Amino acid sequence: MKAAAEEFSSVVEAHRPQIFRFLLASTRDVDLAETLTQECFLKAHRNWDRFRGDSSALTWLMRIAINLEKDHWRNRRLQFWRRTQTNAVELDEASDWLPSGERSVEQQMMAREQVAQVWQAVEGLSARQRTVFLLRYVEDQELREIAQATGLSEGTVKAHLSRALVKVRAELRGKR
Amino acid sequence: MSMGTGLADEGREFEAKIEQALKDFRSSVHAWSEAEYSRPRAVKLVHLRSWRVAAGWALGCVLAAGSLTGGLYERHHQQELAKIAAAETARQQKLAAEQRASKEQDDLLAKVDSDVSRQVPSAMEPLAQLMAEDEAR
Repeated sequence: MKAAAEEFSSVVEAHRPQIFRFLLASTRDVDLAETLTQECFLKAHRNWDRFRGDSSALTWLMRIAINLEKDHWRNRRLQFWRRTQTNAVELDEASDWLPSGERSVEQQMMAREQVAQVWQAVEGLSARQRTVFLLRYVEDQELREIAQATGLSEGTVKAHLSRALVKVRAELRGKR
Repeated sequence: MSMGTGLADEGREFEAKIEQALKDFRSSVHAWSEAEYSRPRAVKLVHLRSWRVAAGWALGCVLAAGSLTGGLYERHHQQELAKIAAAETARQQKLAAEQRASKEQDDLLAKVDSDVSRQVPSAMEPLAQLMAEDEAR
């Protein structure tokens, strides 16, 4: 019992930042990402004894996070009396977070503009395309891992990723 | 330099641009997430959520109590209506029984009258008179 609790604590410590990051990129809402991250680990804790290790703990947690996010938006659509406005930050604000590195001011500005364009493209993706895109290009996950986390086949993941990239390319070319 | 080579260079340049944009996007999200993750957070949202949950429960309780009260009132109302209907039926049945009894009594009296009126038929009247005279003598 104690060993399981310790094991779960180490899983939380190891993967909490990644789950938060994925949810932050998906929602662009810091408070919502924090809340969903807490719910994700609460749910994981309740079901920890049922985790059989068929996939990695991170993939399992990512799957819970994806479902929680999906449920959140579904509930939000049903709760039409609530204010529809979210606390999501603007696209420009989201693209401000760029390490300067060893670039000139001009290069930094250009990079920031391109990041804003990628955010713009991400905004236009379907929920599935966005999830697949973020797991691939922000979380560096392999297609197999993405398929396990989303419950889709690898072929479907590839198709979603390809469509997402088409939109990103179009945005960076300056046309829709 | 041929046109084909130019296009290929342009394509390669664009691919490099895409690759760099995706790398920058990744770095940007990582930097943003790290900054937000390490920042101490207020529990405002949790408080707001608990307030909402409490308000939701209160509203739910009011609705449940309203439904229950409405249901009980409706049931009571139906019972009252049933009682009134039963009383009315009983009153009508009693009235009908009384009317029937009254009619039976009238019929009986009419029958008795008729029987009495025929007790001494007209053809026997002279004989009855003679008997009365004998008794007087």
